Amino acid sequence: MEYQIKNISPNNLEQCIKCTICTVYCPVLAVNPDYPGPKQAGPDGERYRLKNPEFYDAALKYCLNCKRCEVACPSNVKIGDIIQTARIRYDKRPVSLRDRMLASTDFMGKMATSMSFIVNTALRMPLTKSVMDLTLGIDHHRSFPAYSSETFESWMRRKAPDQSRFPRRLSYFHGCFVNYNNPALGRDFVKLMNAIGYGVSLLEKERCCGVAKIANKMVDEARRDARLNIGSIRKAVSQGRPVIATSSTCVFTIRDEYPHLLDVDNADVRDSIQLATAFINRLVDEGRVKLVFRKDYRRRITYHTPCHMQKLGWSIHSVSLLRSIPGITLVPLESSCCGIAGTYGFKKENYAYSQAIGRELFDRIIEAGVDLVATDCETCKMQIEMSTGVKVENPVTILAEALDVEATMKANGVI
Amino acid sequence: MKYDTIIIGGGLSGLMAGVKLARSGSKVAIISSGQSALHFYSGSFGLLGHAGGKELLHPLEAIGSLPAGHPYSKIGAESIPALADDAKRIFADAGLTFIGDASKNHFRLTPLGLCEPSWLTMDDYATCENPSETGWRKATIINFKGFLDFLPGFLADGLKKHDLPCNYAEITLPAIERLRRNSSEMRAAAIAKVLKGPVLEMLAAEINRAAGDSDVVFMPAVVGIDSEQPVRELRSMVIPKLLCVPVLPMSVCGMRSQIRLRRYFEQLGGTYFLGDNVTRGYMEGPVLKEIETANLSGMSLQADNFILATGSFFSQGLAAEPDRIYEPVLGADVEAPADRSLWCGKSIFDNQPYMQFGVVTDRDFHVMFNGVPAGNVYAVGAILGGSNPIREGSGGGVAILSALQVARNIIAAGRADMSEAQA
Repeated sequence: MEYQIKNISPNNLEQCIKCTICTVYCPVLAVNPDYPGPKQAGPDGERYRLKNPEFYDAALKYCLNCKRCEVACPSNVKIGDIIQTARIRYDKRPVSLRDRMLASTDFMGKMATSMSFIVNTALRMPLTKSVMDLTLGIDHHRSFPAYSSETFESWMRRKAPDQSRFPRRLSYFHGCFVNYNNPALGRDFVKLMNAIGYGVSLLEKERCCGVAKIANKMVDEARRDARLNIGSIRKAVSQGRPVIATSSTCVFTIRDEYPHLLDVDNADVRDSIQLATAFINRLVDEGRVKLVFRKDYRRRITYHTPCHMQKLGWSIHSVSLLRSIPGITLVPLESSCCGIAGTYGFKKENYAYSQAIGRELFDRIIEAGVDLVATDCETCKMQIEMSTGVKVENPVTILAEALDVEATMKANGVI
Repeated sequence: MKYDTIIIGGGLSGLMAGVKLARSGSKVAIISSGQSALHFYSGSFGLLGHAGGKELLHPLEAIGSLPAGHPYSKIGAESIPALADDAKRIFADAGLTFIGDASKNHFRLTPLGLCEPSWLTMDDYATCENPSETGWRKATIINFKGFLDFLPGFLADGLKKHDLPCNYAEITLPAIERLRRNSSEMRAAAIAKVLKGPVLEMLAAEINRAAGDSDVVFMPAVVGIDSEQPVRELRSMVIPKLLCVPVLPMSVCGMRSQIRLRRYFEQLGGTYFLGDNVTRGYMEGPVLKEIETANLSGMSLQADNFILATGSFFSQGLAAEPDRIYEPVLGADVEAPADRSLWCGKSIFDNQPYMQFGVVTDRDFHVMFNGVPAGNVYAVGAILGGSNPIREGSGGGVAILSALQVARNIIAAGRADMSEAQA
């Protein structure tokens, strides 16, 4: 008698026992009854789709790809991956101009930063917002983040302090948001890493991590970018430089979505791709690095766990570092989705759902009465700032601001 | 990262142990591979409902005659009342109100209208001290239109045996009608998410209308996903006595218990890692030094003590292959016959031997590895062998009391170490 001992289905499909725990924790299902929910859209639907692709349900587009279903699943079924793979494989509708624009963060960023003043002014005008709403379906409630007049990359090349004098080196995957919209975070990262003895270099070539392209089914383009990124990352790692990012979604995409959704193998370098707070906290935990903070820094802060950070399981790192700042009062905040999910919340048809998903979180943040929300994701930042009026910063910015640079450099033997 | 105790498994027993330890000031982490079996909770915990083929009214009296390998025998009958009281205090502090006492079982109303002996039942649910004198004179059973996970006909049939006349009424509200657009996803949790605020007032009005002159209303347990507050609000507005009856999972009260216990654990300073899996453990002789997890790979998690609270087969704390039953996380010894034909009874209603399989421990719940007890690894909850939760009605009791016993021992040993150091 022969037995099949191990599960051999892709994404652990066969391990689903139909318990429905995932459906309880799906943020979309709670607000949108037109979404079939993770169990039906994922493992249940997949059984049908494997028989006949005709069973593909267009309502799968409502999935945020937040992966909270996977975090909840006690049987380790990769529910989110099943849903996203199905969208990639079976949804043959052409990609709209709007979706292309939203997903092409690199291209749009390049265009916009070259004439940032005009673009920023135009994007702020109610008329532009109405036109974009009517013609493209980009919801008029949304504000695009302001574009910077100088990209982070060009600042690094021209203005950054000399990075070769530091004893250790790393490469920074800055991501589109830092490059085009928030280069200040990149500068904070350089300041922080320099203080603990790391020189920062750019990757030889960096493209968008691809998260927006995956969400908008521009898979061929996403795969091209992914291969280019992994090529650059491989080169950095082979020269002894780990690759560190400040965006939890960039890190998650490169580490997990590349192999799972894009078939881009990263096994040889995956462990060397790290989130800044995870990288630093590990060094602190192992006693290899010491952070010294200013005595006059006082803030009441709460930490919001982005969905992909929840999936990575790394909020402990950001929270531990923030807690180590003596002047910070950290108010606990229960983890739930903010609703924006990258480009999802920008789309007119999703706007109301996006805000309904985030409602609970917004109320809790307002109730917490904090000076600042810390989070590792740039689109969570946009959403929370827009919906609560509370300022949101990456933990790296907060650490850099609270840091006593000179004392830290001394403590780590940098000066 | 270094903790005093790391608990593998974040369900009922893991959380109880975690809370007890964190209350004593320990630095505790819980690693949970996903949401727990508490989501399948009936609303009641049993201590010992049946033994020797008899229904029990006084469980403590029967505990002394259980076999030596039973978790209760290892705890010791004399320790159980104090642990049981401790459990009630912990639940109350976490914001969970239970009725019941270890000295005497009460009876919970099942969805089939039967009365089953129980130790603790959540305050929402229908219970009675004596099935032949429930005190209920006339009942109205309500259900929500389109909700298929509650079967009023079965409940009414069962209640007829208690000579309780029942009306049935179907209720709907605009918020419920909206859910019906996705009929197959209309489960308890989905309903609970909309039953709050002004919707509760509308619901109370509908229930009062439907109840007529009934003195008791039974409704499906679909209120209060993260707190008891909505149940209290609804009860205050409904004229007859309003009692909940369990429905098919996901259990709303189970989620409330999970959320409340976890929140309380975190308030006490505990760290809860959700959605992570322990990938390996490093033993030095009989001592587990550190573990590694999938998410925190390359980073060691160290602790003085480890508690294995990973559950039974359902939660994958135990795993079965065609020719073996094993403990997949640390590779602990498991007590189960090699002969596969001895694992199961022939009929589903027969005694099922696999229900009693579990990891091997000594009397203090130290886990055995190759016949040697580990110095600092304990097992608690459903992963323990020697009891049959279904036949005995003891699953909740074993999970809660073994967890509290181990936590108590760890705390006591820590205190002893400290006074030794001081001396």
